[in-house]
Amino acid sequence: MSTSIENLKTFDPFADTGDDDSQPTNYIHIRIQQRNGRKTLTTVQGLPQEYDQKRILRALKKDFACNGTIVKDEELGEVIQLQGDQRVKVMEFLSTQLNILKKNIKIHGF
Amino acid sequence: MASLEEVTPTVDESLEFDPSLKKKKKKPKAVSFDEAADLDDSAPKNASADPAVDELTDMFANLKKKKKKSTSTASLEPEEGSPAPDTGAEENVEDFDFSTKKKKKKKAAVDVSEFEQQLEEAGVVETNEDDDTFEKDGEEDAEDGEEEEASWLNSDREYTYEELLHRFFKILRTNNPELAGERGQRYKIPPPSVMREGNKKTIFANLKDISDRMHRPYEHVMQFLFAELGTSGSVDGNARLVIKGRFQQKQLENVLRRYIMEYVTCKTCKSISTHLSKENRLYFLVCESCGSRRSVSGIKTGFQAHIGKRKRLPG
Repeated sequence: MSTSIENLKTFDPFADTGDDDSQPTNYIHIRIQQRNGRKTLTTVQGLPQEYDQKRILRALKKDFACNGTIVKDEELGEVIQLQGDQRVKVMEFLSTQLNILKKNIKIHGF
Repeated sequence: MASLEEVTPTVDESLEFDPSLKKKKKKPKAVSFDEAADLDDSAPKNASADPAVDELTDMFANLKKKKKKSTSTASLEPEEGSPAPDTGAEENVEDFDFSTKKKKKKKAAVDVSEFEQQLEEAGVVETNEDDDTFEKDGEEDAEDGEEEEASWLNSDREYTYEELLHRFFKILRTNNPELAGERGQRYKIPPPSVMREGNKKTIFANLKDISDRMHRPYEHVMQFLFAELGTSGSVDGNARLVIKGRFQQKQLENVLRRYIMEYVTCKTCKSISTHLSKENRLYFLVCESCGSRRSVSGIKTGFQAHIGKRKRLPG
């Protein structure tokens, strides 16, 4: 009788399921900063290393019709800077073109 | 997120709009803060202590009616209690006359329109009548329900789900109303009062008040605001926060809402009677009503782009 309890063997509830939020640390942060007047600056921090930042920047610049640069920060690595408030558009771009989950993108600012 | 036009309107624009569109502007404020308060359903203990908040709750209660004046203090909870009369004496009379007429199966349409005109002149919006009738209907319904209940409780037939549900909620409401999700009893946070200082600074006057209501040190809220907005600032002599940059009330509201989501509400029971405790460099949010604990991330400023004039490179 006791051997017939099959479902105890097949499923280990403590095993790693693989789809847990074990790596929520590498969020992509999209921030906005106010400049003088009504001008703003959008920064994208924490893009995954496997993407070529230069190519992303080029695509972003073309798509949003704005200028931008890559800034190298000591701690945070490469950060993309774009002119103007491009937060939502960047988010859309990242989720559609690069298949980055929206829950891993954090938009900051007002 | 707001588009660029919404984010940074010019100063004069807002100044122009303010006097004429005051009424219009008030409403979205109220609505949006209601959403914020939605997070914190079950913490009625500090509900609406100050007049501004009262006004807000007032407006929520009457949100259905588009043209409701904020000055009239209609009853907050339409379900219970008799319909509260309006403040003005003459309006009062008219109001009551009108409602009684309604009860008596209104006589003539001409009469009604006359009354509506009078009401409008008196500053009472004609939708008041709807309010009154609605309340009356509600009462009648309740009475009916009681009668029904008395009948079905003693009978042998199977109780329907509806009847049992009504019974349950009635008992719950009488015994502990805070569990029944009473509207208007919820936790409210006053909207941030935001002023402009000069051209480049924004004053956030009631930061202290708001953070007291959230039971957080204002330094923490301040830190979050600065990190989110990517600016800096200081607290002046009257405990007001001076933020560098131009911000509008709506924008600060958004940020505050995010703060509440992240650092105030308990994710388990949605209560906001929580406190932050720090244990070896990690912040934990401990809920005081359900006792759950979760870790919250510290406030990080992240990358700050260099704004302003570039430093002259040596050489």
